[in-house]
Amino acid sequence: MRTAEGESTEAPTAARDSRPGGARHPSLVSAVFTPKEPIPRALAIGLALASFVVVIGAWAIVAYGGFVEPFFLPSPGTVARTLYDMFADEGFAHDVWASFYRIGLGFLIASAVGIPLGIAIGSFRAVQAFFEPIIAAVRYMPASAFIPLLIIWFGIADTEKIAVIYIGVFFPLALMIADVSANVPKELVDIAYTLGASRWQVFRRVLLPASWPGVLDNMRIGIGWAWTYLIVAELVAASTGIGHVILQASRFLETEKIIAGIITIGILGLLSDALFRWLYRVLFPYAERIAR
Amino acid sequence: MVFETRTGSVRALDDVTVEVDDAHFACIVGASGCGKSTLLNIMAGLVRPTEGTVEVAGEPVEGPGPDRGMVFQSYTLFPWLRVRENVEFGPSLKSTPKEGRRRIADALLEEMGLTEFARAFPRELSGGMKQRVAIARALANDPDVLLMDEPFGALDALTRAGAQRFLTQIWEQHRRTIVFVTHDIDEAIYLGDTVYVMSRRPGRIREVVEVDIPRPRSLDDIGAPRFGELKHHILSLIFDDVDVEDVAAAPAPS
Repeated sequence: MRTAEGESTEAPTAARDSRPGGARHPSLVSAVFTPKEPIPRALAIGLALASFVVVIGAWAIVAYGGFVEPFFLPSPGTVARTLYDMFADEGFAHDVWASFYRIGLGFLIASAVGIPLGIAIGSFRAVQAFFEPIIAAVRYMPASAFIPLLIIWFGIADTEKIAVIYIGVFFPLALMIADVSANVPKELVDIAYTLGASRWQVFRRVLLPASWPGVLDNMRIGIGWAWTYLIVAELVAASTGIGHVILQASRFLETEKIIAGIITIGILGLLSDALFRWLYRVLFPYAERIAR
Repeated sequence: MVFETRTGSVRALDDVTVEVDDAHFACIVGASGCGKSTLLNIMAGLVRPTEGTVEVAGEPVEGPGPDRGMVFQSYTLFPWLRVRENVEFGPSLKSTPKEGRRRIADALLEEMGLTEFARAFPRELSGGMKQRVAIARALANDPDVLLMDEPFGALDALTRAGAQRFLTQIWEQHRRTIVFVTHDIDEAIYLGDTVYVMSRRPGRIREVVEVDIPRPRSLDDIGAPRFGELKHHILSLIFDDVDVEDVAAAPAPS
């Protein structure tokens, strides 16, 4: 609804935002302290960068200030140099690729099975009655506990790592996807029926498209789990991979390498998160907002 | 109509007969919890009645179908479809050729004053516009009957008045049978040829009130003496029914 022209000339600020509280005085300070009030984009980016500055700054003060032995906490500079050397001289890229390959395959297989199954569980009561109890039960068995078993079954090559990731991702992902499709508003289904949709059309043209944004969002969360289980699997038994490098560094007491490895995982995680967020914006331009 | 609940069964509707003539505008009013939405859902075929039947043009209703278009109070547009695609949804289910679908949708959008929003997503529209798209989507199927469940309940007073006038125009042009559920008595009298007043628990038709205010009606009619008489009469029918004991008990949501 458009506001009348006359109003806005009389009291420009009041007309623009007449909500109670801080919004009456639209200063930056009040915006920051008003719950749920949006803040300028520049400020948001600045705050995000500031959080990194604070953490790295605190680390630098502790390390360079000599508060802690470099053996326990090497300085940011040392870690950065080590990371560079690892890529330049020690073939770390090969290990990153090995980890990336295992994650990619494990996560893809878990998604390829978990997403259709999750949607089926959320949409059809019979499928739910059959699969949900067993998946819910297995979900509480920690994937890490399967590692000894999987080593016996598959050895310590890639197959075992992929299987660990699959077990760690598939069960929770399927249940979360089931929630997504079960939560499609009933009104949307009802209205499709009154417009003449068959059951199959309701599934294909309402339940599926209504579920996709939630599916992608849960994949983004799921790839985080995949990283955790990959590193656990690589710490137990591996001859390549980021987890393997971290474990080797620990054996040789190379603290800076351990930290470099952990930071690498963090950066890769951040990149995969950014990729999924970007996909979400491109694929679902109609969606209201992105969940955390 | 009996619903089974965990604590026993609830008789929501009892011995309700509603007969709506072709191209007639029928309103159903009643206090919340009287079963008026249930009645409409039964007509739509979304709820199967424990007893009784629904017939459209002599044919018994077995389930929901495109001959009865529905408009809900909540905005039920498909958020992933653009406005035009939402309107085309019904025809596209019957594999109407693309050309024909487009013609239907464009004509309806023009009528709704939404041509320039054809490519917008629902989230970009105001509440009133969303309801106009929902009406257009229901009309795109060329239904015999339009079932409306408090379609303007979520709109602010001004938008609502506009929407009511707009619906009257649509009805006069398309000449569809409309069954319109509302708890707003003014709205029922302003829009309807007939007002079915429902009592609650179990829901029954208390009285059928013929609205003898000539058409075209304007919002000024709401202040007219005859309008006041009808309103007073309907109010007394509803309040007679709500006795003290009933008010003290927690009212069920509609």
